[in-house]
Amino acid sequence: MSVTTDFAAMRFSDVGKQFDTGTVALEGVDLTVTPGEFVSVVGPSGCGKSTLLRLASGLSRPTDGEIALHSDRLAYVFQDPTLLPWRSALANVELIGELHHLPRGQRREKAMAALSTVGLEGFEKQLPAQLSGGMRMRVSLARAFVLEPDIFLFDEPFGALDEITRLRMQEELQRMLHTGSFSALFITHSVSEAVYLSNRVAVMSARPGRIRHEVSVPFGYPRPPEIRYDAEFGRIAGEVSAALLEGHQ
Amino acid sequence: MTQTLQTQASTVLITAQRATADRKSGSWRRTRWVLRTVLPIAAALVGVLLTWLFVSYVVLNPDRREILVPPPQEVLNTSFRDWAHLHPMLSALQLDIEVSMTGLAIATAMGILAAIVMSLASWLERSLYPYAVVLQTVPILAIVPLIGLWFQYGFNARVIVVVIIAIFPMIANTLFGIHSADPGAHDVFTLNRASRWQRLAKLQLPAALPSIFAGLRISSGLSVIGAIVGDFFFTQGQPGLGTLLNTYLLRVQSSDLFAAIILSSLFGIAVFAVFTFLSKLAVGSWYSGAQSRTNDR
Repeated sequence: MSVTTDFAAMRFSDVGKQFDTGTVALEGVDLTVTPGEFVSVVGPSGCGKSTLLRLASGLSRPTDGEIALHSDRLAYVFQDPTLLPWRSALANVELIGELHHLPRGQRREKAMAALSTVGLEGFEKQLPAQLSGGMRMRVSLARAFVLEPDIFLFDEPFGALDEITRLRMQEELQRMLHTGSFSALFITHSVSEAVYLSNRVAVMSARPGRIRHEVSVPFGYPRPPEIRYDAEFGRIAGEVSAALLEGHQ
Repeated sequence: MTQTLQTQASTVLITAQRATADRKSGSWRRTRWVLRTVLPIAAALVGVLLTWLFVSYVVLNPDRREILVPPPQEVLNTSFRDWAHLHPMLSALQLDIEVSMTGLAIATAMGILAAIVMSLASWLERSLYPYAVVLQTVPILAIVPLIGLWFQYGFNARVIVVVIIAIFPMIANTLFGIHSADPGAHDVFTLNRASRWQRLAKLQLPAALPSIFAGLRISSGLSVIGAIVGDFFFTQGQPGLGTLLNTYLLRVQSSDLFAAIILSSLFGIAVFAVFTFLSKLAVGSWYSGAQSRTNDR
């Protein structure tokens, strides 16, 4: 079922993860992301979606199988913005440059550019506590963009946002991403979010988590928001939902 | 009648709070601040003074009054307004300020350093922390004479007493604060291959600042106690407030005794207030626990 190419941005081969507690979170996961491809993974809560990303990023190691990445320039966007509360929006984005020992002028310039990409010009000096939930997530996105990574890992980044903010963020995210070359693995439990953003949607089942089904999304980019009401969009979303329900039983 | 009462009881009425221009204006805010902050303290002070007067004049016989509880105006006249009485107290206070602040500075530096060392590895924490606890649990009065024996009875010995009494809250709070950094933020540092030093300087220590200041507030109060306890035992050399307290007690100079107690309390309060203020200044902008809680309750 999985796409096979000789050149993959990210490849999971028969990956399994068993926690020290004995819980098998993932088993026999095969998934390939080609360069420039945006792949979403949908699945019920607790199916090991987040574990998949932690393994891909190296934050955690698989107990079975192998994961290959073609680049070590990755950015991870977490469910929570995970900003440092004592740093301003700008200083939070600059942190990444500091950790990579970039010269002061360069990291400031890159951080300003990233903040402007996410539409936060004029909010550079604000502390996270002074920003709304949506704006905090934008800062978190700017922090991910700042060093122009090759691979993005998204762990339900918009899960905590209200519906309107969420839709706007989805639209902006695909606009931002499709100006450069990158690969992305996006975790979500929203079928419409997955279909709207992705080239391909992988459906996971729970306990142990594995990829049950993959659905291609043939639309080009950028995608207008109205595409969500397109008949083809509805058919694809229906197929993903059906696969989700099947895996749930 | 009963019916009406029941209806009233079950109805919750929330009245609108107007935010008119004059309410928000600076002068109203200042007035409100005075009303809410100064007034309760002043009222409590009046209460204390009244109780004091009551005990002096009503509870006690005139012959015992002067010894046990001299009335406030007598303490004011004989001790505070008489330079011959006040001057030795002020020089004693100056010595105690020097001793306690030197001790507090050393306790703070050593406490933070010890906590950093313990945070480097869990085995270091497991092996060192129990000894820090011992510092806290050994009765200070039991080791003060020993300190006098080892370090003489001067300035240094008094500072050491202060350090011993004030260091534990600094270690415990700093360590707690270092461990309190958000795991998600730790992941960000790990993903960007942060060095141990970067993690400490840019994540763990800033995250620990609110706890460090909480520790400072506790330790600053303890440092005042430490200085006075030190005085009490080390009667040689320049007298501190503790030395004077002892002397006044022995000579039954009750009004001076009261004045010295009031001075040392004021000193303690002042030190606490300064560190509370510094804490708000340092972390108040981002740490909600340090923000003023007087608004909108």
